[in-house]
Amino acid sequence: MSYEPKIVGFLCNWCSYTGADLAGTSRIHYAPNVRIIRVMCCGRMDPTFVIKALHDGADGVLICGCHPGDCHYSEGNYKMMRRYPLLKKMLADYGIDEARVRLEWVSASEGQRFADLASDMAQRLRELGPSPVQVAQATDMAER
Amino acid sequence: MATDKLQIALYWGAACGGCDVSVLDTNEFILDVAAAADIRMWPIAVDGKYSDVEAMEDGELDLAFYNGAVRNSENEHIAQLLRRKSKTVVAYGSCAYMGGIPGLANLTNRDKILDTAYVHNASIETGNRVVPQPETRVDGKVLEIPRFYRRVYRLDNVIDVDYYLPGCPPDAGQVKAVILAIVKGELPPKGSVVGASDVALCEDCPRTRGEKKISRFYRPWEILADPDKCLLEQGILCAGVATRSGCGVRCPKSGIPCRGCYGPLPGVVDQGAKLLSAVSSVIDSKDPDEVDRILEGLPDFTSIAYRYSVASSLLQRSYQQ
Repeated sequence: MSYEPKIVGFLCNWCSYTGADLAGTSRIHYAPNVRIIRVMCCGRMDPTFVIKALHDGADGVLICGCHPGDCHYSEGNYKMMRRYPLLKKMLADYGIDEARVRLEWVSASEGQRFADLASDMAQRLRELGPSPVQVAQATDMAER
Repeated sequence: MATDKLQIALYWGAACGGCDVSVLDTNEFILDVAAAADIRMWPIAVDGKYSDVEAMEDGELDLAFYNGAVRNSENEHIAQLLRRKSKTVVAYGSCAYMGGIPGLANLTNRDKILDTAYVHNASIETGNRVVPQPETRVDGKVLEIPRFYRRVYRLDNVIDVDYYLPGCPPDAGQVKAVILAIVKGELPPKGSVVGASDVALCEDCPRTRGEKKISRFYRPWEILADPDKCLLEQGILCAGVATRSGCGVRCPKSGIPCRGCYGPLPGVVDQGAKLLSAVSSVIDSKDPDEVDRILEGLPDFTSIAYRYSVASSLLQRSYQQ
């Protein structure tokens, strides 16, 4: 069987989750690789969630929130926007390709956009291959 | 050996020696310990050879303090040995607890370390190819040195640890309190972090805190910091928000930002991620380009956020191929 990446998607309750829902109700076809977890706001995204997902076997993490200015809690998405560049830098220092973590804005009416993003990220990760984390962790203690 | 005295061993793994000095920082108290206990091994201060420890019965020691990380096969061998011979093993200091400063080496790898230390370095004779090998043949005999591991491990990666005493080094008052608690048998549940508090450093920090809005980060030498105001609010990266208190706020009280040596707060799995979250969300900008510019003031954030905890972070090491 050919390799299919596992993507964990953290979607904000107010815009992006509804956007993904719209993709479904509109019967848009897109890559089924994203496992969606609904969070109340992308400002709730503790960087630990991203690292934990990668640690536990995800090949990539997709975070989606409301467009800037549209946050249900007015400022939450800005908090995630500020964390993102530092998080990418940190993951790069751990040797994790920055394409594995992506932050995107998806509104409740952008079903097509969500579908395109999911397919695009799945394709990108297919090209990149499996995450090095799982492979290395399996042998880490044995090969000191 | 039948005696009522407490049988103690102290050992250093991959460490700087500061932890051993912090035991001596308890001043005359250490003399009381020496009077009330037999210190059976302590490489920095008393005699006592590996072979003496090997000759002990299993469980003969009451207490072993292991400081330093596990960097090579010798460190691990002694850790295993002390675990067998001692009823209680304490991971003493940040290196044994979280990998500490040596753990930063996990952001690179063994080959690069050996290359920098022995091959490509300004102070190395050009063309040198001699790199230490675990085994060397000399006159038909085999000489061995400890094997340098692929990465740095925490003490509890290789043995079962009873207690963790954080700090770089642990505060002398806390060390004293922990030793007394052990002597009296007033021990918390196994696996506890001892000699530290359960709140963030900020709770104990005397500096005044207001609303945090950072529009520029400063390296400590770039700014004359206000002595009474929160360092983070002044744009100096301080790890206090993501660090367990118990040290007596030694660094921020003397104008130095917290480096995070007491480790994450209870319930936190990844100290660096928490610091990242706290620090970046209070940047005072809504413009991605400006955020990037402000973040340029934090070169090598990863090594600061995980200064002591790379080996105990979720990812534990670099996955660079």
